[in-house]
Amino acid sequence: MGAGRLYAAVAVGGFRRYATYRAATAAGVFTNTVFGLILVYSYRALWDERPHLGGWDQAQVVTYVWLGQAFLSTLAIGGGGVEGELMERIRTGDVAIDLYRPADLQLWWLAADLGRAFFQLLGRGLVPFVFGALCFPVYLPSDAGTWVAFFVAVLLAMLVGFGIRFLLALSAFWLLDGTGVSQISWLAGYFCSGMLLPLNVFPGALGEVVRVLPWSSLLQAPAQILLGDADPWGTFVFQGAWAVALLGAGRLLQSAATRRVVVQGG
Amino acid sequence: MGERGRPVAGLRAYRLVAGMWVRSTMTYRASFVMTTFGNFAATFFDFVAIMLMFSRVDALGGWSLPEVAFLYGLSGTAFGLADLVMGSAERLGRRVRDGTLDTMLVRPAPVLALVAADQFALRRLGRVTQGALVLGWAVSRLDVAWTPAKVLLMPVMVVSGCGIFCAVFVAGAAFQFLVQDAAEVQNAFTYGGTTLLQYPPSVFGKELVRGVTFVLPLAFVNWVPATYVLGRPYPLGLPGWAAFAPPLVAVGCCALAGLAWRAGLRSYRSTGS
Repeated sequence: MGAGRLYAAVAVGGFRRYATYRAATAAGVFTNTVFGLILVYSYRALWDERPHLGGWDQAQVVTYVWLGQAFLSTLAIGGGGVEGELMERIRTGDVAIDLYRPADLQLWWLAADLGRAFFQLLGRGLVPFVFGALCFPVYLPSDAGTWVAFFVAVLLAMLVGFGIRFLLALSAFWLLDGTGVSQISWLAGYFCSGMLLPLNVFPGALGEVVRVLPWSSLLQAPAQILLGDADPWGTFVFQGAWAVALLGAGRLLQSAATRRVVVQGG
Repeated sequence: MGERGRPVAGLRAYRLVAGMWVRSTMTYRASFVMTTFGNFAATFFDFVAIMLMFSRVDALGGWSLPEVAFLYGLSGTAFGLADLVMGSAERLGRRVRDGTLDTMLVRPAPVLALVAADQFALRRLGRVTQGALVLGWAVSRLDVAWTPAKVLLMPVMVVSGCGIFCAVFVAGAAFQFLVQDAAEVQNAFTYGGTTLLQYPPSVFGKELVRGVTFVLPLAFVNWVPATYVLGRPYPLGLPGWAAFAPPLVAVGCCALAGLAWRAGLRSYRSTGS
């Protein structure tokens, strides 16, 4: 029980830490809302030309846009999660202090990232989503079951998102400077998660590939459940499998990396 | 230093500081090549999204792919140049928070030049290159009856557009004197602005188009002059000479942004140590 309370405290700390910067949060909400507006108009033009593209109507794609804006910072799709800090700690050697603590490195950072994600969901995601729902005709399910399934999918998306970014952060044990890897991962995340264009609109083989990559668990999977476009159980299995695979790989990489750590004097 | 000498002194300081950063960047050439490529690729994905859209439709808001690419190229090139020249100014809030702005205030050079040249990032040429390539492709595909006026308008558009976006960067930096944590607000107008201008004006609601034409005149970066070049009507029915107004709009925006910057700088109180 003691360990559970420790990680809960770390998660609460992550939440409160991000909640401290109110002006930055307000600025982020404003920017997400503006980007949402631009995307809504451009996607609506696309759906005007091709109604029912990807099996969605206009209201569904508008909902998708505002979900995307809500998830951008929550799931740190464009970077900005705890991975940047962990990379910096690996580079400077401060990670030795983390390893010295009577806590698991991966679980510690997972807890911190979940705290951050919950704050971003409430603080940054909710307002643009409500704004979008009030200003545009959107598709929202009326049964509670779909909403519950949606929130389960969001939770799984948080695990997958952290799984990807933890692997990324650990690469700093070998590369030291994570700028290049972060940039590539940011690009991949943006493109493959459906932030640029919903994955069900991607044509042909490209669409087939991006829909099975881990990034499709982030935005596309919860969105399809909310939009009544996917079977929740199948989606959970897909997301869960990626979460287990990525977190497991993170664990293996962590044990390989910590065997390598040499704390230099000073 | 007399008032007349300030722009000259500012340009000189900018050149010296930027040159220093370029030399420092070139020490790590491999890193420079990779980050420049990353900068190129990041903006390239925006265009991939547009191409994917056009793989499913033939027109967006009544505009064909080369026409949208024309808008994209103009917006991307103008914004890329402004980002190269002024982009560093968005770090102002951080400088106010950690107190490093004070060291710039005691240097014998205009503060704006120092702030803008600080950490001058040549890798941002990646974005400019990407925009220029798309623009070149669009021009080669477009069926436009080129006249001397239209040809002349091309460089004028890019330079004026760069000026308008520079003004947005400076105004955003001035705003950060008031709210230091709000650096992200200006992303809505800089990155948001260039994204908005990549799509045809016919896609957006009339109110939004009115706002970016008359209130925050981003429309003069490409929408207004480009509709003239392409021979399309502008949604708001502006007079014909409006297509040649971008230089005036750019000068006006820069003047207003300059005033905002001065007001911001005057109101600055150091956090102390």
